[in-house]
Amino acid sequence: MKRIACAFLFVFASTAQAQAQTAAPDPADPFPSTYQRPQSAPLAITGARILTGTGAEIANGTLLVRDGLVEAVGEGLAVPHGYQVIDARGRWVTPGIIDAHSHLGANSAPSTPLSSEANEGVAPNTAEVWVEHSVWPQDPQFRLARAGGVTTLLILPGSANLFGGRSVTLRNVPATTVQEMKFPRAPYGLKVACGENPKRTYGSRGRSPATRMGNVAGFRRGWIEAADYARRVERARTNGGEPPRRDLQLETLAGALNGEILIHNHCYRADEMAVMLDMAREFGFRIRAFHHGTEAYKLAPQLAREGVCVATWASSWGSKMEALDAVEENAPIIHQAGGCAIIHSDDATLGQRLNQEAGIALTAGRNAGINISDGEAIRWITSNPARALGIEHRVGTLEPGRMADVVLWSANPFSVYALAERVWIDGAPVWDRADPAYQRPSDFLLGQPGQEAAR
Amino acid sequence: MIRLLATVFLLLAALPARAETIAIVNARLLTMGPQGEIERGTVVVRDGRIAAVGANVAIPTGARVIDGNGGILTPGFIQADSTLGTVEVSQVPASADRATHHDSISAAFDISLGLNPDSILLPVARLAGITRAVVTPLYDDRGNRRLLFAGQAAVIDLGQRPDMVTRPRVAMVLEMGESGAERGGGARGAEIAALRALIDDVRHFARNLALYDRGAGRPQTLSRTDLEALIPVVEGRMPLIVRVDRAADIREAIAFARAERLRIILDGAAEGWRVADEISRAGIPVILDPMSNLPHSFAELGATMENAARLHTAGVTIILKTGSGVAHRARELRYGAGNAVAYGLPYEAALAAITINPARTFGVAERIGSIEPGKDADLVLWTGDPFEPLSQPRAILVRGVEQPLSARPLDLRDRYRSMN
Repeated sequence: MKRIACAFLFVFASTAQAQAQTAAPDPADPFPSTYQRPQSAPLAITGARILTGTGAEIANGTLLVRDGLVEAVGEGLAVPHGYQVIDARGRWVTPGIIDAHSHLGANSAPSTPLSSEANEGVAPNTAEVWVEHSVWPQDPQFRLARAGGVTTLLILPGSANLFGGRSVTLRNVPATTVQEMKFPRAPYGLKVACGENPKRTYGSRGRSPATRMGNVAGFRRGWIEAADYARRVERARTNGGEPPRRDLQLETLAGALNGEILIHNHCYRADEMAVMLDMAREFGFRIRAFHHGTEAYKLAPQLAREGVCVATWASSWGSKMEALDAVEENAPIIHQAGGCAIIHSDDATLGQRLNQEAGIALTAGRNAGINISDGEAIRWITSNPARALGIEHRVGTLEPGRMADVVLWSANPFSVYALAERVWIDGAPVWDRADPAYQRPSDFLLGQPGQEAAR
Repeated sequence: MIRLLATVFLLLAALPARAETIAIVNARLLTMGPQGEIERGTVVVRDGRIAAVGANVAIPTGARVIDGNGGILTPGFIQADSTLGTVEVSQVPASADRATHHDSISAAFDISLGLNPDSILLPVARLAGITRAVVTPLYDDRGNRRLLFAGQAAVIDLGQRPDMVTRPRVAMVLEMGESGAERGGGARGAEIAALRALIDDVRHFARNLALYDRGAGRPQTLSRTDLEALIPVVEGRMPLIVRVDRAADIREAIAFARAERLRIILDGAAEGWRVADEISRAGIPVILDPMSNLPHSFAELGATMENAARLHTAGVTIILKTGSGVAHRARELRYGAGNAVAYGLPYEAALAAITINPARTFGVAERIGSIEPGKDADLVLWTGDPFEPLSQPRAILVRGVEQPLSARPLDLRDRYRSMN
């Protein structure tokens, strides 16, 4: 606990330093986070039904938050003097929702001829692009996600390319620059896409990949080049020779090979996931999560053994052949097999209601005889995505020492009637359904018609 | 005579496959009809129709009894603006019959022809309580076609019988506003000018059929089949589904309909709440997606989750849908209704918006939309509140025939669960 607190002090100190621009730029972090936790009074939420994100459910729970961190959580805790007390009897509390698959800011609203910024769809390998350079912090959709309890998002490049580029992990706070939203010290991710999208994008232009075998050849070519680059960098480092010229594409791929950059793999079909897992062994990398993973239920025990998360939906199916075999019970089946199931959005509308989507999956599972508790199921949108993003020791649960990302729900979060009444990030309020101050539109919508209704 | 024979044939064909007498007892009835809500009641089904509804209804001898166990019985839901029965896999063109890019068939495209009762999507939607759908043509814009009309919608049932059409040609589909502007040559005003000229053409054609038969009519931009298809529209017998979102475009559509004496149904209407009183005064029903709150275009900057509630408060007849031309995701209709309730729509209004309102709007309320004696027995028995993901259907009847609670995704689930 103390050690975690110390770590945070360090983060905030270094953040402040970066913002003051007194330090020399860090070559490994050229666009550093300038996110700063706002000051906030100590907070006590009492009388709530709390799903902690660890699997536990506390019936009459108290949550204490201090200095932006969870201080304590439990039944019948005494509230120390000087805490702002919120009486949450009859309501529910969960960790902040984490959307493990979002394109907010990159595919922003309104949709215009030039607003599509998620796919650098000009070459099958664009590992050199960083999606944070496409993110428009004024995208009005960030606020809508906040109203749905989303406190952290993984923004990914699209799936047109085999190697789509780097992801970025964002705190869902109003901001002027993307750096102000960047989750401090969150690892980078690399978007990798199998299946129909890359082969359609490039096959239709008469170039490779035009088939799934072309996809795999393209992946292997990329990893071979990256491994070679990494060897040359390492040789120069140990022998003191001239390092190869910096190559942003190979730098990212080499980072993915050595595990510093987490691999987020868009992949629908079970057979393709199995091929990707073999490829990972061939080149010695690990896949952090399969995204969409429509057919993961066909491979659930193996995916659990391999420790790969699966970020999926309950409802989406049938748009294309590789999505035809989707089942609502995908997440429950993965969960039951001991795997890391995640409900993600990939969609600005669904991203406002990940809690309900998890509820749909949960019910489908129960109907199939897979009895998962509410406390376990909330992990699909909290601690499990935190694990996929590599920030599981910092957010995703309400354990003492975790960053205090909290949602207060009007009802059971798996209900269609549940609304996020209040949301905190790092213990600071970012959303209050009853207070217009937290509902201000982004710059784009300011002064536009029709903003007086609640969104 | 031929018409009489055809009618007899249709009546015979309309009989359900297994006309069983069924009594659903011990259920909370949300009838959406004159009987309102019955806390604990019975519904008797005979010959595919509802025979009796009430708290004290005798169970006919020989009837099969379904015990509601205190669950909720609703009319089957009606999914408006859907493409059920016309598509299997969205991105496989050969499996989709939702749109035409034929040069001389736009308004004439009749989606009730060529439907697929064996579609694997129908059981999936049915498991969400949907027993009927308004199947509505989409536009096919391959080759930058500038079709003004997408074609004609139909009401179908999801009972997977060969004759799945409840009523063909219930409405014509037209895009106005932002998308319509593109069809009109890039500007909203251009589309309206084109539409006026076209309606005048149709009226001329309708008045002078003999002239056109002799090949002496005036030159027309539309084919003869398209002109014929539009006659009921210009005569106000067939409503026009006008897809439009911006408040100003809604006003324009209302003015256009008034000037041309057309009957319209607004579809989309993301900013409908901003002109709710005008829509209400004009007596125009609105089909809307209650989840549509993204400022996705300049025509939807005022989109809000409160649209349904605010339109209802203003006295507008609303119909809830799930996205546009929905098929695979039709099953989310009931959750959308629940979300509309969470944002202020009264519960009963939400239920009406997926049952009796679409039935009335599309001219099939004599047969469906409520639990009333004489209507088709489209009934769904739920374990709890049908808007909640946590509730599931326990029994589904389409035209009095109990449907299996199965679907291909459930078969897949069970296959792999037994293997793993």
